[in-house]
Amino acid sequence: MRLSELPKGAPAMVQDVEDAHPADPIAQRLRDLGFVSGEPVRIVARGPLGGDPLLVQIGSTRFALRRSEAARVTVRQEATA
Amino acid sequence: MSETILRIALVGNPNCGKTALFNQLTGGRQKVANYAGVTVERKEGRFVAPSGRSFQLLDLPGAYSFAATSPDEAITRDVCLGRYPGEAAPDLIVCVADATNLRLHLRFVLEVRRLGRPVVLALNMMDAAKRRGIVIDVDELQRRLGVPVVQTIAVQRGGAKALIERVDGEVPEAAPSDPIPLTASEVHAEVRELLAATVTTPRQTAAVDDALDRWALHPVMGMVILAGLMFFIFQAVFSWAKPVMDGIQAGITWLGAWVTAFLPAGSALHSLLNDGVFAGLGAVLVFLPQILILFFFILVLEESGYLPRAAFLLDRTMFKAGLTGRAFIPLLSSFACAIPGIMATRSINDPRDRLTTIMVAPLMTCSARLPVYTLLIAAFIPHRIVGGVFNLQGIVLFVLYFAGIFSALAVAWVIKRMRRDKSEHALIMELPSYRVPHARDIALGLWERSKIFLRRVGGIILALTVLLWFLASFPGPPADATLPAIDYSLAGRIGHLLHYIFAPIGFNWQICVALVPGLAAREVAVASLGTVYAMSGGEDAVVSQLGTLISHQWSLATALSLLAWYVFAPQCMSTLAVIRRETNSWRNVAIAAGYLFGLAYLASFATYQIAAALS
Repeated sequence: MRLSELPKGAPAMVQDVEDAHPADPIAQRLRDLGFVSGEPVRIVARGPLGGDPLLVQIGSTRFALRRSEAARVTVRQEATA
Repeated sequence: MSETILRIALVGNPNCGKTALFNQLTGGRQKVANYAGVTVERKEGRFVAPSGRSFQLLDLPGAYSFAATSPDEAITRDVCLGRYPGEAAPDLIVCVADATNLRLHLRFVLEVRRLGRPVVLALNMMDAAKRRGIVIDVDELQRRLGVPVVQTIAVQRGGAKALIERVDGEVPEAAPSDPIPLTASEVHAEVRELLAATVTTPRQTAAVDDALDRWALHPVMGMVILAGLMFFIFQAVFSWAKPVMDGIQAGITWLGAWVTAFLPAGSALHSLLNDGVFAGLGAVLVFLPQILILFFFILVLEESGYLPRAAFLLDRTMFKAGLTGRAFIPLLSSFACAIPGIMATRSINDPRDRLTTIMVAPLMTCSARLPVYTLLIAAFIPHRIVGGVFNLQGIVLFVLYFAGIFSALAVAWVIKRMRRDKSEHALIMELPSYRVPHARDIALGLWERSKIFLRRVGGIILALTVLLWFLASFPGPPADATLPAIDYSLAGRIGHLLHYIFAPIGFNWQICVALVPGLAAREVAVASLGTVYAMSGGEDAVVSQLGTLISHQWSLATALSLLAWYVFAPQCMSTLAVIRRETNSWRNVAIAAGYLFGLAYLASFATYQIAAALS
């Protein structure tokens, strides 16, 4: 599943960040910001128009990502308690 | 002991409180300039330790990683590596990290440590960490990292004491340099290990952030709050700035009269000082109240952490037009005045987005257009109610505002199409914790902005005002002159030549002559039309006489054409000067002026021809 498809509030784990094209600087930046395998991630809010951008919480930090950026991140949804 | 001054570079992630720490250490002893050839701000300061030793401190731009994705980050990397031309490598790097957000910030600390230079880690915002119950085993962190770790609270008096004591001591030994970069997951594994061994965090986010964001980012309430805030700021700008601006105008005029009182009234020197130098000084200073008030609010919004939230809410809308959410505040400020608007584009990271925003900012209807709009609308548009409730004059004013916004979006869209570099523009924007803005940081920010405006922009404006005065005053009229004096001057001749170009858009030669001194600023156009028609008396008298006169002499098509001209034409030297300062390029000034004059001509041509055909 892609981070852009994750329902709001659902806990998930990052699996990987995929390059959209060779030497993709946006994918590299996401990795540098801590989007690496095994990190817990969650959608906190969505933009008011068309649900874009997404507000993503990773660790203790919140990032606004456009859908196209979030689509680079694959996640595994955790079973909700 | 050696007498050489130790050079310290401050580095850290954005939002780590680095600049607050810099302000705490250096106070007002700062020098703000640009790095050579780019518009990235270079901030340097000095401080003296209690031992009497002085230090030179360089505040490097915030960076998430040395794998730079913006000009700011590239400069931080190059200076740290000692590779930046004209910039000596720092003797010591102080790496600042937000103690409440170590999971992110330690990654950069690890990168900095691998440079092989002496490093001190400053754990900042220790007060916030304590409040949130975050416990950090500083000794263990220091042992594991192998670099000295100190605790700081940048927003508290004396909060940098531990850091000053540490840098005043022996320079720590550099960690071994390691040129092979680690992969993101290797760095992350190390961070996880460090965190597990040294930090306990009760909960990931601050409860107050969650509560505030529930409202601030709500799809409906968030927009209502944003609209309310913007409305309040605009009210404040217009109601607070107006009396001060009037006071400055009056004060400068009085000062000019007082200084030149001993000179003969008709002499060229008298006129140069009054109508050239002091008028130019007034033209510079009169913008200052609006700039200060707008920047006060912008800085408060920025420091509090709200600015990225506003950008989050509006990103989708702005992105469709080829801009970014971060362009919203600069463009909104441009409705008051394009100068602070363009200066505020520094918060836009992507250089392409920033340039586009600068290019379209002059299209926002700034307050200086209002005197021209008011004059022409009152003289030509009948005071009539249409559709039961709408005032026709109000509708015309609304159309003029809307034309500005619409063309800005259209121009941004065209720029996006024309750009050769089509790679994706990143948003990836951190939403930091909310913070109470600190008075010292706001005050220093305002001080910097005023200095930049007065020094870098003021000089250009003053020089051009004097040049325009010269054009409008020489050569003087012959003894048997029948026409107003300006008609015999160089400006008059240029105006008459311009008439050949402007006849197709319906401008008469009087308008053309008035446009030449009107290049200085839009509101000057009213006064210079008064000069051309040889009006006398105070400003109000000129406006009322002028309104009656032009409503008899001009056709409606000419008036509408002039309105259309003012929607686009960059008749403001200050805006062009600030574009020069903020983009560091005359080429961009030429492009902006060229396309704006081009659009103005096309719009006026279409308006005039259509209006003339219909009447």
